[in-house]
Amino acid sequence: MGLSKEQIARYSRQLILPEVGVKGQERLLCSSVLVVGAGGLGSPAALYLAAAGVGRLGIIDRDTVELSNLHRQIVHSTKDVGRPKSDSARDRLESLNPDSAIVSVHDNLNALNARRLVASYDLVLDGSDNMSTRYLVNDACVLEGKPFVHGGVVNFRGQVLSVLPGRSACFRCIFPEPPAVDEIPSCQEAGVLGPEAGIVGSVMAHEAMKLLLGIGHPLADRLLVFEGISTRFREVAVQRDRDCAVCGEAPSIHALTSQSVVCGGMEQEESWPKNK
Amino acid sequence: MAVTVRIPTPLQRLTNGKGEVQCEGRTIIELLADLELRHPGIKERICDEQGKLRRFVNIFVNEEDIRFLQGDQTAIKDGDEVSIIPAIAGG
Repeated sequence: MGLSKEQIARYSRQLILPEVGVKGQERLLCSSVLVVGAGGLGSPAALYLAAAGVGRLGIIDRDTVELSNLHRQIVHSTKDVGRPKSDSARDRLESLNPDSAIVSVHDNLNALNARRLVASYDLVLDGSDNMSTRYLVNDACVLEGKPFVHGGVVNFRGQVLSVLPGRSACFRCIFPEPPAVDEIPSCQEAGVLGPEAGIVGSVMAHEAMKLLLGIGHPLADRLLVFEGISTRFREVAVQRDRDCAVCGEAPSIHALTSQSVVCGGMEQEESWPKNK
Repeated sequence: MAVTVRIPTPLQRLTNGKGEVQCEGRTIIELLADLELRHPGIKERICDEQGKLRRFVNIFVNEEDIRFLQGDQTAIKDGDEVSIIPAIAGG
């Protein structure tokens, strides 16, 4: 396809990396990523992916921009308060890089649309804000054989994991089931410093680019844990579970079903059962 | 000498805000009992009524998942590091 003079200038600092080069850049321009959630993780991740020239970015989010989002959800601006996040993100990303076609989906990811959406992208990035969507992304991606990058953040803690379905541990291999509905505390903002989400979201985007480019060692079978309060990255070894309900030897999940643990419009950032 | 246990953020209010505590035990199950003695209320957040690890929480000994070792019978020794890691919903 060849790069234009403007593209050579725009991407020069990544083009000069031998791991990228013209071939890698062309690959990025031809690739597509679905970003689930235009929140604290999806914001930095989508900005970096659009800036890098990922050819098509899907942004799915059911929420509208609120003032309390802006300290960390850096793809949105004050003027966007009240607008659908997916539209607000699309406008910002389009103005950042015209090479990246942005698809705004103002909806929640659900059992009806998840597989179709996931199937139409090369890679999925899960920056959602609730447990049911996380398991839905996992199951949809495993069923479609679609690689995805999982990220989570709460308080001063973050996690990232890349999942290569059929080849590396999936989210369910590590955490077999979401907490039961009555185990979840009421929706509340557990709090987070903006850069904490930025760090985790940036690791996710970096990981996504590596997977798209086919370079380096993916963060698969390793769960990266970031402890913001002590500024420490740690990782733990994880592995495929032969009894995994979705990617094990005798899976019991063959189709998606709706689990309704989503808190209407609010962020459920903590998933721990209350003391009874 | 004892075992260092890393406490995830949501449970730190049961450990006076500490992200790391020291505990003793020869196995994970003994360690959890000692953790409960020192920080009452914490075990039921990690294990269900049958004493089994909750399905969205994992325990790692020196970065290895105990489910792929000997589960709650996994042996531990002084100086080991144990991490309790839950799934995170927020984003």
